[in-house]
Amino acid sequence: MTSDAIVVEHLRVQRGGREVLPDLSLRVPRGQVVGLLGPSGGGKSTLMRSVVGVQVVAGGSVTVLGEPAGSPALRARVGYLTQAASVYADLTVRDNVRYFARVLGVGADAADRAIAAVDLTDHAGARVENLSGGQLSRAGLACTLVGDPEVLVLDEPTVGLDPVLRRDLWEIFRGLAADGRTLLVSSHVMDEAVRCDRLVLLRAGRVLSDSTLPDLLSRTGTDDAEAAFLALVDEDAAHDGGAA
Amino acid sequence: MNPRITLATAGRILRQLRGDHRTVALMLVVPCVLLGLLAWVYSDSPVVFDRIGPALLGVFPLVVMFIVTSIATLRERTTGTLERLLTTPLGKGDLIVGYALAFGVMAVVQAVVASAFAVWVCGLDVAGPLWLLVVIAVVDAVLGTALGLLASGFARTEFQAVQFMPAFVLPQFLLCGLLMPRDQMPGVLEAVSDVLPLSYAVDAMKDVSAQADPLGDVLPSLGVMVLWVAVALLLGSLTLPRRTP
Repeated sequence: MTSDAIVVEHLRVQRGGREVLPDLSLRVPRGQVVGLLGPSGGGKSTLMRSVVGVQVVAGGSVTVLGEPAGSPALRARVGYLTQAASVYADLTVRDNVRYFARVLGVGADAADRAIAAVDLTDHAGARVENLSGGQLSRAGLACTLVGDPEVLVLDEPTVGLDPVLRRDLWEIFRGLAADGRTLLVSSHVMDEAVRCDRLVLLRAGRVLSDSTLPDLLSRTGTDDAEAAFLALVDEDAAHDGGAA
Repeated sequence: MNPRITLATAGRILRQLRGDHRTVALMLVVPCVLLGLLAWVYSDSPVVFDRIGPALLGVFPLVVMFIVTSIATLRERTTGTLERLLTTPLGKGDLIVGYALAFGVMAVVQAVVASAFAVWVCGLDVAGPLWLLVVIAVVDAVLGTALGLLASGFARTEFQAVQFMPAFVLPQFLLCGLLMPRDQMPGVLEAVSDVLPLSYAVDAMKDVSAQADPLGDVLPSLGVMVLWVAVALLLGSLTLPRRTP
Protein backbone atom coordinates (compact mmCIF):
# COMPACT_ATOMS: atom_id res chain seq x y z
CA MET A 1 0.00 0.00 0.00
CA THR A 2 1.54 3.26 -1.07
CA SER A 3 0.91 6.47 0.82
CA ASP A 4 -0.01 8.22 -2.41
CA ALA A 5 -3.62 7.93 -3.56
CA ILE A 6 -2.88 9.19 -7.06
CA VAL A 7 0.40 8.70 -8.89
CA VAL A 8 0.81 10.30 -12.32
CA GLU A 9 3.99 9.47 -14.21
CA HIS A 10 5.06 11.04 -17.48
CA LEU A 11 1.46 11.50 -18.57
CA ARG A 12 1.13 12.65 -22.15
CA VAL A 13 -2.22 13.75 -23.59
CA GLN A 14 -3.05 15.15 -27.00
CA ARG A 15 -6.35 16.84 -27.80
CA GLY A 16 -7.27 18.14 -31.23
CA GLY A 17 -3.70 17.68 -32.49
CA ARG A 18 -2.30 19.77 -29.61
CA GLU A 19 -0.10 18.45 -26.81
CA VAL A 20 -2.21 19.44 -23.79
CA LEU A 21 -0.06 17.55 -21.27
CA PRO A 22 3.44 17.00 -22.73
CA ASP A 23 4.98 15.10 -19.80
CA LEU A 24 3.25 15.46 -16.44
CA SER A 25 4.20 13.75 -13.22
CA LEU A 26 2.37 14.32 -9.94
CA ARG A 27 1.67 12.59 -6.65
CA VAL A 28 -1.40 13.18 -4.50
CA PRO A 29 -0.90 11.95 -0.91
CA ARG A 30 -3.68 9.95 0.73
CA GLY A 31 -6.00 11.82 3.09
CA GLN A 32 -5.15 15.27 1.75
CA VAL A 33 -6.94 18.00 -0.13
CA VAL A 34 -4.83 18.97 -3.11
CA GLY A 35 -5.79 22.13 -4.94
CA LEU A 36 -5.23 22.23 -8.68
CA LEU A 37 -4.86 25.83 -9.78
CA GLY A 38 -3.74 27.69 -12.83
CA PRO A 39 -4.85 29.60 -15.90
CA SER A 40 -7.74 28.12 -17.87
CA GLY A 41 -6.57 25.97 -20.75
CA GLY A 42 -3.62 24.87 -18.63
CA GLY A 43 -4.68 21.23 -18.59
CA LYS A 44 -6.46 20.99 -15.22
CA SER A 45 -9.60 19.31 -16.58
CA THR A 46 -7.58 17.05 -18.88
CA LEU A 47 -5.51 15.87 -15.91
CA MET A 48 -8.68 15.21 -13.89
CA ARG A 49 -10.27 13.29 -16.77
CA SER A 50 -7.11 11.19 -16.98
CA VAL A 51 -7.29 10.43 -13.24
CA VAL A 52 -10.87 9.15 -13.51
CA GLY A 53 -10.01 7.22 -16.67
CA VAL A 54 -12.22 8.88 -19.30
CA GLN A 55 -9.39 10.61 -21.17
CA VAL A 56 -7.59 8.97 -24.06
CA VAL A 57 -3.92 9.23 -23.10
CA ALA A 58 -0.97 9.07 -25.48
CA GLY A 59 1.60 7.89 -22.97
CA GLY A 60 2.68 7.57 -19.35
CA SER A 61 0.68 6.08 -16.51
CA VAL A 62 -1.94 7.15 -13.98
CA THR A 63 -2.34 4.96 -10.88
CA VAL A 64 -5.16 5.49 -8.40
CA LEU A 65 -5.22 3.54 -5.10
CA GLY A 66 -2.69 1.15 -6.61
CA GLU A 67 -4.79 0.37 -9.69
CA PRO A 68 -4.55 1.75 -13.24
CA ALA A 69 -6.86 4.77 -13.58
CA GLY A 70 -10.31 3.85 -14.85
CA SER A 71 -10.04 0.15 -14.03
CA PRO A 72 -13.32 -1.53 -13.04
CA ALA A 73 -12.20 -2.02 -9.42
CA LEU A 74 -11.89 1.77 -9.02
CA ARG A 75 -15.29 2.76 -10.35
CA ALA A 76 -17.07 2.59 -7.00
CA ARG A 77 -14.06 4.04 -5.13
CA VAL A 78 -13.44 7.20 -7.17
CA GLY A 79 -16.00 10.00 -7.37
CA TYR A 80 -15.91 12.52 -10.22
CA LEU A 81 -17.59 15.86 -10.65
CA THR A 82 -17.29 17.38 -14.12
CA GLN A 83 -17.29 21.11 -14.75
CA ALA A 84 -20.90 20.86 -15.84
CA ALA A 85 -23.13 19.59 -13.04
CA SER A 86 -23.83 16.41 -15.07
CA VAL A 87 -27.25 15.71 -13.64
CA TYR A 88 -30.61 15.05 -15.30
CA ALA A 89 -32.36 18.41 -15.60
CA ASP A 90 -35.80 16.79 -15.95
CA LEU A 91 -35.55 14.87 -12.66
CA THR A 92 -35.80 16.10 -9.09
CA VAL A 93 -32.70 16.41 -6.93
CA ARG A 94 -33.79 13.35 -4.95
CA ASP A 95 -34.39 11.21 -8.06
CA ASN A 96 -30.98 12.19 -9.44
CA VAL A 97 -29.08 11.35 -6.27
CA ARG A 98 -31.08 8.14 -5.73
CA TYR A 99 -30.30 6.99 -9.25
CA PHE A 100 -26.55 7.41 -8.73
CA ALA A 101 -26.95 5.77 -5.30
CA ARG A 102 -28.47 2.67 -6.95
CA VAL A 103 -25.77 2.63 -9.63
CA LEU A 104 -23.13 2.75 -6.89
CA GLY A 105 -24.93 0.13 -4.80
CA VAL A 106 -25.82 2.27 -1.78
CA GLY A 107 -29.24 2.87 -0.25
CA ALA A 108 -31.77 5.69 -0.35
CA ASP A 109 -30.59 6.77 3.13
CA ALA A 110 -27.15 7.49 1.65
CA ALA A 111 -28.88 9.64 -0.97
CA ASP A 112 -30.69 11.62 1.72
CA ARG A 113 -27.41 12.13 3.60
CA ALA A 114 -25.64 13.37 0.45
CA ILE A 115 -28.49 15.81 -0.22
CA ALA A 116 -28.27 17.04 3.36
CA ALA A 117 -24.48 17.38 3.10
CA VAL A 118 -24.81 19.89 0.25
CA ASP A 119 -27.70 21.63 2.05
CA LEU A 120 -30.37 20.83 -0.55
CA THR A 121 -32.82 18.96 1.70
CA ASP A 122 -35.35 21.78 1.31
CA HIS A 123 -35.08 21.47 -2.48
CA ALA A 124 -34.90 17.66 -2.71
CA GLY A 125 -38.29 17.53 -4.44
CA ALA A 126 -37.50 20.29 -6.94
CA ARG A 127 -36.68 19.50 -10.54
CA VAL A 128 -33.07 20.29 -11.29
CA GLU A 129 -33.99 22.58 -14.21
CA ASN A 130 -35.75 24.89 -11.74
CA LEU A 131 -32.73 25.28 -9.46
CA SER A 132 -30.40 28.26 -9.31
CA GLY A 133 -26.84 27.90 -10.61
CA GLY A 134 -25.43 27.35 -7.14
CA GLN A 135 -28.08 24.77 -6.26
CA LEU A 136 -27.45 23.01 -9.58
CA SER A 137 -23.75 22.56 -8.92
CA ARG A 138 -24.49 21.32 -5.40
CA ALA A 139 -26.95 18.77 -6.81
CA GLY A 140 -24.12 17.54 -9.03
CA LEU A 141 -21.82 17.33 -6.03
CA ALA A 142 -24.39 15.30 -4.06
CA CYS A 143 -24.37 12.71 -6.88
CA THR A 144 -20.58 12.48 -6.48
CA LEU A 145 -20.65 12.26 -2.67
CA VAL A 146 -23.42 9.65 -2.48
CA GLY A 147 -21.21 6.59 -2.97
CA ASP A 148 -18.78 7.80 -0.27
CA PRO A 149 -15.78 7.44 -2.61
CA GLU A 150 -12.23 7.15 -1.25
CA VAL A 151 -10.88 9.52 -3.88
CA LEU A 152 -12.83 12.57 -5.07
CA VAL A 153 -11.89 14.38 -8.26
CA LEU A 154 -13.80 17.65 -8.32
CA ASP A 155 -13.53 19.98 -11.31
CA GLU A 156 -14.33 23.49 -10.06
CA PRO A 157 -17.00 22.46 -7.55
CA THR A 158 -17.35 25.95 -6.08
CA VAL A 159 -17.55 27.96 -9.28
CA GLY A 160 -20.38 30.49 -9.16
CA LEU A 161 -21.16 29.87 -5.49
CA ASP A 162 -21.50 32.64 -2.91
CA PRO A 163 -18.93 32.93 -0.11
CA VAL A 164 -21.15 31.26 2.50
CA LEU A 165 -21.77 28.19 0.35
CA ARG A 166 -18.11 28.01 -0.63
CA ARG A 167 -17.12 28.03 3.01
CA ASP A 168 -19.67 25.29 3.77
CA LEU A 169 -18.47 23.12 0.90
CA TRP A 170 -14.86 23.51 1.96
CA GLU A 171 -15.87 22.39 5.44
CA ILE A 172 -17.33 19.26 3.83
CA PHE A 173 -14.11 18.72 1.87
CA ARG A 174 -11.99 19.17 5.02
CA GLY A 175 -14.24 16.74 6.87
CA LEU A 176 -13.87 14.14 4.11
CA ALA A 177 -10.09 14.49 4.23
CA ALA A 178 -10.17 14.16 8.02
CA ASP A 179 -11.98 10.84 7.48
CA GLY A 180 -9.12 9.67 5.25
CA ARG A 181 -10.59 10.60 1.88
CA THR A 182 -8.34 12.07 -0.79
CA LEU A 183 -9.50 15.09 -2.77
CA LEU A 184 -8.16 16.62 -5.95
CA VAL A 185 -10.01 19.91 -6.40
CA SER A 186 -9.51 22.42 -9.19
CA SER A 187 -10.35 26.03 -8.60
CA HIS A 188 -10.07 29.51 -10.01
CA VAL A 189 -10.59 31.16 -6.64
CA MET A 190 -7.22 31.79 -5.09
CA ASP A 191 -8.50 32.40 -1.57
CA GLU A 192 -9.54 28.74 -1.51
CA ALA A 193 -5.84 27.88 -1.60
CA VAL A 194 -5.62 28.31 2.16
CA ARG A 195 -8.04 25.41 2.62
CA CYS A 196 -5.81 22.96 0.70
CA ASP A 197 -3.04 20.81 2.16
CA ARG A 198 -1.03 21.12 -1.03
CA LEU A 199 -1.25 23.34 -4.06
CA VAL A 200 -0.39 22.36 -7.60
CA LEU A 201 -0.07 25.12 -10.16
CA LEU A 202 -0.51 23.95 -13.72
CA ARG A 203 0.35 26.12 -16.70
CA ALA A 204 0.51 25.00 -20.34
CA GLY A 205 0.34 21.38 -19.23
CA ARG A 206 3.31 21.61 -16.87
CA VAL A 207 3.51 21.61 -13.08
CA LEU A 208 4.98 25.01 -12.13
CA SER A 209 4.75 24.35 -8.43
CA ASP A 210 3.71 21.53 -6.10
CA SER A 211 4.04 22.43 -2.44
CA THR A 212 2.24 23.59 0.68
CA LEU A 213 1.03 27.19 0.81
CA PRO A 214 3.66 28.35 3.37
CA ASP A 215 6.46 26.84 1.25
CA LEU A 216 5.05 28.52 -1.84
CA LEU A 217 4.85 31.90 -0.11
CA SER A 218 8.38 31.75 1.24
CA ARG A 219 9.77 30.59 -2.10
CA THR A 220 8.14 33.42 -4.02
CA GLY A 221 8.49 36.02 -1.26
CA THR A 222 4.79 36.91 -1.46
CA ASP A 223 2.00 37.33 1.08
CA ASP A 224 -0.88 35.40 -0.46
CA ALA A 225 -1.58 32.61 -2.93
CA GLU A 226 -2.73 34.94 -5.68
CA ALA A 227 0.46 36.99 -5.62
CA ALA A 228 2.55 33.82 -5.44
CA PHE A 229 0.83 32.34 -8.48
CA LEU A 230 1.06 35.55 -10.47
CA ALA A 231 4.77 35.66 -9.67
CA LEU A 232 5.25 32.06 -10.80
CA VAL A 233 3.16 32.46 -13.95
CA ASP A 234 4.98 35.68 -14.90
CA GLU A 235 8.32 34.01 -14.30
CA ASP A 236 7.28 31.05 -16.45
CA ALA A 237 5.90 33.28 -19.21
CA ALA A 238 9.14 35.30 -19.22
CA HIS A 239 11.02 32.03 -19.48
CA ASP A 240 8.86 31.01 -22.46
CA GLY A 241 9.54 34.39 -24.07
CA GLY A 242 13.28 34.07 -23.51
CA ALA A 243 13.34 30.56 -24.92
CA ALA A 244 11.42 31.48 -28.08
CA MET B 1 -23.64 -5.84 -16.63
CA ASN B 2 -25.54 -5.81 -13.38
CA PRO B 3 -29.34 -6.26 -13.12
CA ARG B 4 -29.57 -3.74 -10.27
CA ILE B 5 -27.91 -1.03 -12.37
CA THR B 6 -29.82 -1.96 -15.53
CA LEU B 7 -33.17 -1.73 -13.74
CA ALA B 8 -32.16 1.47 -11.94
CA THR B 9 -31.32 2.97 -15.34
CA ALA B 10 -34.60 1.85 -16.92
CA GLY B 11 -36.46 3.27 -13.91
CA ARG B 12 -34.61 6.57 -14.18
CA ILE B 13 -35.46 6.90 -17.90
CA LEU B 14 -39.14 6.12 -17.24
CA ARG B 15 -39.14 8.68 -14.41
CA GLN B 16 -37.75 11.28 -16.85
CA LEU B 17 -40.51 10.41 -19.32
CA ARG B 18 -43.18 10.52 -16.63
CA GLY B 19 -42.14 14.07 -15.81
CA ASP B 20 -42.64 15.05 -19.44
CA HIS B 21 -46.41 14.76 -19.87
CA ARG B 22 -46.42 16.40 -23.28
CA THR B 23 -43.98 13.90 -24.79
CA VAL B 24 -45.94 10.97 -23.37
CA ALA B 25 -49.19 12.44 -24.71
CA LEU B 26 -47.62 12.94 -28.14
CA MET B 27 -46.31 9.37 -28.17
CA LEU B 28 -49.79 8.01 -27.46
CA VAL B 29 -52.06 10.47 -29.26
CA VAL B 30 -50.20 11.10 -32.53
CA PRO B 31 -50.45 7.48 -33.78
CA CYS B 32 -54.18 7.49 -33.03
CA VAL B 33 -54.73 10.79 -34.82
CA LEU B 34 -52.81 9.56 -37.88
CA LEU B 35 -54.68 6.25 -37.95
CA GLY B 36 -57.96 8.14 -37.58
CA LEU B 37 -57.05 10.47 -40.45
CA LEU B 38 -56.14 7.52 -42.64
CA ALA B 39 -59.39 5.70 -41.85
CA TRP B 40 -61.27 8.88 -42.73
CA VAL B 41 -59.35 9.33 -46.03
CA TYR B 42 -60.25 5.78 -47.03
CA SER B 43 -63.71 5.81 -45.48
CA ASP B 44 -65.21 4.87 -48.89
CA SER B 45 -62.76 2.01 -49.43
CA PRO B 46 -62.18 0.22 -46.10
CA VAL B 47 -60.27 -2.55 -47.93
CA VAL B 48 -57.39 -0.12 -48.55
CA PHE B 49 -57.40 0.93 -44.88
CA ASP B 50 -57.27 -2.74 -43.86
CA ARG B 51 -54.10 -3.02 -45.97
CA ILE B 52 -52.35 0.22 -44.91
CA GLY B 53 -53.55 0.48 -41.28
CA PRO B 54 -51.58 -2.51 -39.93
CA ALA B 55 -48.47 -1.41 -41.84
CA LEU B 56 -48.66 1.97 -40.10
CA LEU B 57 -48.88 0.20 -36.74
CA GLY B 58 -45.47 -1.20 -37.66
CA VAL B 59 -44.07 2.21 -38.58
CA PHE B 60 -45.05 4.27 -35.50
CA PRO B 61 -43.11 2.49 -32.75
CA LEU B 62 -39.90 2.47 -34.77
CA VAL B 63 -40.09 6.13 -35.76
CA VAL B 64 -41.13 7.44 -32.34
CA MET B 65 -38.61 5.42 -30.35
CA PHE B 66 -35.87 6.25 -32.83
CA ILE B 67 -36.36 9.98 -32.32
CA VAL B 68 -36.80 9.83 -28.56
CA THR B 69 -33.79 7.57 -28.00
CA SER B 70 -31.42 9.40 -30.30
CA ILE B 71 -32.20 12.74 -28.63
CA ALA B 72 -32.12 11.29 -25.10
CA THR B 73 -28.76 9.58 -25.54
CA LEU B 74 -27.32 12.59 -27.31
CA ARG B 75 -28.32 14.61 -24.26
CA GLU B 76 -26.50 12.13 -22.04
CA ARG B 77 -23.41 12.69 -24.14
CA THR B 78 -23.58 16.49 -24.26
CA THR B 79 -24.63 17.26 -20.67
CA GLY B 80 -21.87 15.17 -19.12
CA THR B 81 -24.13 12.59 -17.48
CA LEU B 82 -22.73 9.89 -19.77
CA GLU B 83 -19.16 10.79 -18.78
CA ARG B 84 -20.14 10.70 -15.11
CA LEU B 85 -21.89 7.34 -15.55
CA LEU B 86 -18.89 5.84 -17.33
CA THR B 87 -16.74 6.58 -14.25
CA THR B 88 -19.18 4.52 -12.12
CA PRO B 89 -19.69 0.73 -12.04
CA LEU B 90 -22.35 1.12 -14.77
CA GLY B 91 -21.55 -1.00 -17.83
CA LYS B 92 -22.40 0.00 -21.38
CA GLY B 93 -24.82 -2.91 -21.45
CA ASP B 94 -26.63 -1.52 -18.40
CA LEU B 95 -27.21 1.77 -20.19
CA ILE B 96 -28.22 0.23 -23.50
CA VAL B 97 -30.51 -2.43 -22.06
CA GLY B 98 -31.86 0.16 -19.61
CA TYR B 99 -32.95 2.31 -22.55
CA ALA B 100 -34.35 -0.70 -24.41
CA LEU B 101 -36.36 -1.78 -21.33
CA ALA B 102 -37.73 1.68 -20.60
CA PHE B 103 -38.82 2.35 -24.16
CA GLY B 104 -40.07 -1.23 -24.45
CA VAL B 105 -42.48 -0.43 -21.62
CA MET B 106 -43.56 2.75 -23.41
CA ALA B 107 -44.00 0.69 -26.57
CA VAL B 108 -46.41 -1.70 -24.84
CA VAL B 109 -48.59 1.23 -23.81
CA GLN B 110 -48.33 2.87 -27.23
CA ALA B 111 -49.11 -0.41 -29.06
CA VAL B 112 -52.11 -1.20 -26.87
CA VAL B 113 -53.56 2.29 -27.30
CA ALA B 114 -52.89 2.51 -31.07
CA SER B 115 -54.11 -1.05 -31.80
CA ALA B 116 -57.24 -0.59 -29.71
CA PHE B 117 -57.96 2.71 -31.46
CA ALA B 118 -57.38 1.17 -34.89
CA VAL B 119 -59.61 -1.83 -34.24
CA TRP B 120 -62.45 -0.41 -32.17
CA VAL B 121 -62.63 3.20 -33.33
CA CYS B 122 -61.38 3.02 -36.92
CA GLY B 123 -62.87 -0.41 -37.59
CA LEU B 124 -59.63 -2.04 -38.71
CA ASP B 125 -60.22 -5.70 -39.58
CA VAL B 126 -57.64 -7.89 -37.86
CA ALA B 127 -57.94 -11.62 -38.56
CA GLY B 128 -55.14 -12.74 -36.24
CA PRO B 129 -54.74 -12.37 -32.45
CA LEU B 130 -54.46 -8.80 -31.15
CA TRP B 131 -51.75 -9.69 -28.62
CA LEU B 132 -49.45 -10.52 -31.51
CA LEU B 133 -49.84 -6.96 -32.81
CA VAL B 134 -48.59 -5.73 -29.44
CA VAL B 135 -45.65 -8.18 -29.40
CA ILE B 136 -44.56 -7.03 -32.86
CA ALA B 137 -44.94 -3.39 -31.83
CA VAL B 138 -42.70 -3.94 -28.80
CA VAL B 139 -39.94 -5.63 -30.83
CA ASP B 140 -40.37 -2.85 -33.39
CA ALA B 141 -39.99 -0.21 -30.67
CA VAL B 142 -36.88 -1.85 -29.25
CA LEU B 143 -35.56 -1.86 -32.81
CA GLY B 144 -36.20 1.89 -33.02
CA THR B 145 -34.42 2.36 -29.69
CA ALA B 146 -31.42 0.33 -30.87
CA LEU B 147 -31.18 2.24 -34.15
CA GLY B 148 -31.62 5.53 -32.30
CA LEU B 149 -28.76 4.68 -29.93
CA LEU B 150 -26.58 3.86 -32.91
CA ALA B 151 -27.53 7.02 -34.80
CA SER B 152 -26.90 9.28 -31.79
CA GLY B 153 -23.29 8.09 -31.83
CA PHE B 154 -22.84 9.89 -35.14
CA ALA B 155 -24.58 13.11 -34.12
CA ARG B 156 -22.76 16.00 -32.47
CA THR B 157 -25.78 18.26 -32.05
CA GLU B 158 -29.52 17.83 -31.58
CA PHE B 159 -30.06 19.34 -35.04
CA GLN B 160 -28.03 16.49 -36.53
CA ALA B 161 -29.83 13.91 -34.40
CA VAL B 162 -33.21 15.08 -35.70
CA GLN B 163 -31.91 14.95 -39.29
CA PHE B 164 -30.93 11.33 -38.77
CA MET B 165 -34.62 10.45 -38.51
CA PRO B 166 -35.35 11.08 -42.21
CA ALA B 167 -31.90 9.70 -43.11
CA PHE B 168 -32.31 6.41 -41.24
CA VAL B 169 -36.06 5.93 -41.29
CA LEU B 170 -37.59 7.51 -44.42
CA PRO B 171 -35.74 5.23 -46.90
CA GLN B 172 -37.02 2.26 -44.91
CA PHE B 173 -40.50 3.77 -44.96
CA LEU B 174 -40.40 4.19 -48.76
CA LEU B 175 -39.18 0.64 -49.30
CA CYS B 176 -41.16 -1.23 -46.62
CA GLY B 177 -44.01 -2.18 -48.96
CA LEU B 178 -46.49 0.38 -47.71
CA LEU B 179 -46.49 2.48 -50.92
CA MET B 180 -45.86 -0.38 -53.32
CA PRO B 181 -45.82 -4.12 -52.62
CA ARG B 182 -42.19 -5.12 -52.23
CA ASP B 183 -42.30 -7.86 -54.90
CA GLN B 184 -43.45 -5.30 -57.48
CA MET B 185 -40.51 -2.93 -56.92
CA PRO B 186 -37.40 -2.87 -59.17
CA GLY B 187 -35.15 -5.84 -58.34
CA VAL B 188 -32.41 -3.79 -56.68
CA LEU B 189 -34.86 -1.99 -54.40
CA GLU B 190 -36.60 -5.25 -53.53
CA ALA B 191 -33.22 -6.71 -52.53
CA VAL B 192 -32.49 -3.64 -50.39
CA SER B 193 -35.93 -3.84 -48.78
CA ASP B 194 -35.24 -7.50 -47.99
CA VAL B 195 -32.41 -6.34 -45.73
CA LEU B 196 -34.06 -3.35 -44.03
CA PRO B 197 -35.70 -4.11 -40.68
CA LEU B 198 -38.84 -1.98 -41.09
CA SER B 199 -39.90 -4.22 -44.02
CA TYR B 200 -40.16 -7.12 -41.58
CA ALA B 201 -42.11 -5.12 -39.02
CA VAL B 202 -44.61 -4.11 -41.68
CA ASP B 203 -44.79 -7.65 -43.12
CA ALA B 204 -45.45 -9.07 -39.66
CA MET B 205 -48.22 -6.55 -38.96
CA LYS B 206 -49.81 -7.31 -42.35
CA ASP B 207 -49.67 -11.06 -41.67
CA VAL B 208 -51.44 -10.64 -38.33
CA SER B 209 -54.18 -8.56 -39.89
CA ALA B 210 -54.69 -10.90 -42.86
CA GLN B 211 -54.36 -14.40 -41.37
CA ALA B 212 -56.27 -16.09 -38.56
CA ASP B 213 -53.21 -18.12 -37.57
CA PRO B 214 -50.20 -16.00 -38.63
CA LEU B 215 -47.59 -17.24 -36.14
CA GLY B 216 -45.71 -19.33 -38.72
CA ASP B 217 -45.18 -16.28 -40.96
CA VAL B 218 -44.66 -13.79 -38.14
CA LEU B 219 -41.93 -15.62 -36.22
CA PRO B 220 -39.31 -15.48 -39.02
CA SER B 221 -39.98 -11.75 -39.42
CA LEU B 222 -39.59 -11.24 -35.68
CA GLY B 223 -36.35 -13.22 -35.88
CA VAL B 224 -34.91 -10.85 -38.47
CA MET B 225 -35.94 -7.86 -36.34
CA VAL B 226 -34.32 -9.34 -33.24
CA LEU B 227 -31.15 -9.92 -35.25
CA TRP B 228 -31.17 -6.27 -36.30
CA VAL B 229 -31.68 -5.22 -32.69
CA ALA B 230 -28.64 -7.27 -31.65
CA VAL B 231 -26.45 -5.85 -34.43
CA ALA B 232 -27.55 -2.26 -33.78
CA LEU B 233 -27.01 -2.57 -30.01
CA LEU B 234 -23.59 -4.10 -30.55
CA LEU B 235 -22.56 -1.33 -32.96
CA GLY B 236 -24.20 1.23 -30.65
CA SER B 237 -22.11 0.05 -27.71
CA LEU B 238 -19.01 0.78 -29.79
CA THR B 239 -20.10 4.43 -29.91
CA LEU B 240 -19.94 4.60 -26.10
CA PRO B 241 -16.22 4.36 -25.33
CA ARG B 242 -15.26 5.03 -21.72
CA ARG B 243 -12.26 7.03 -22.86
CA THR B 244 -12.77 9.94 -25.24
CA PRO B 245 -10.22 12.37 -26.75
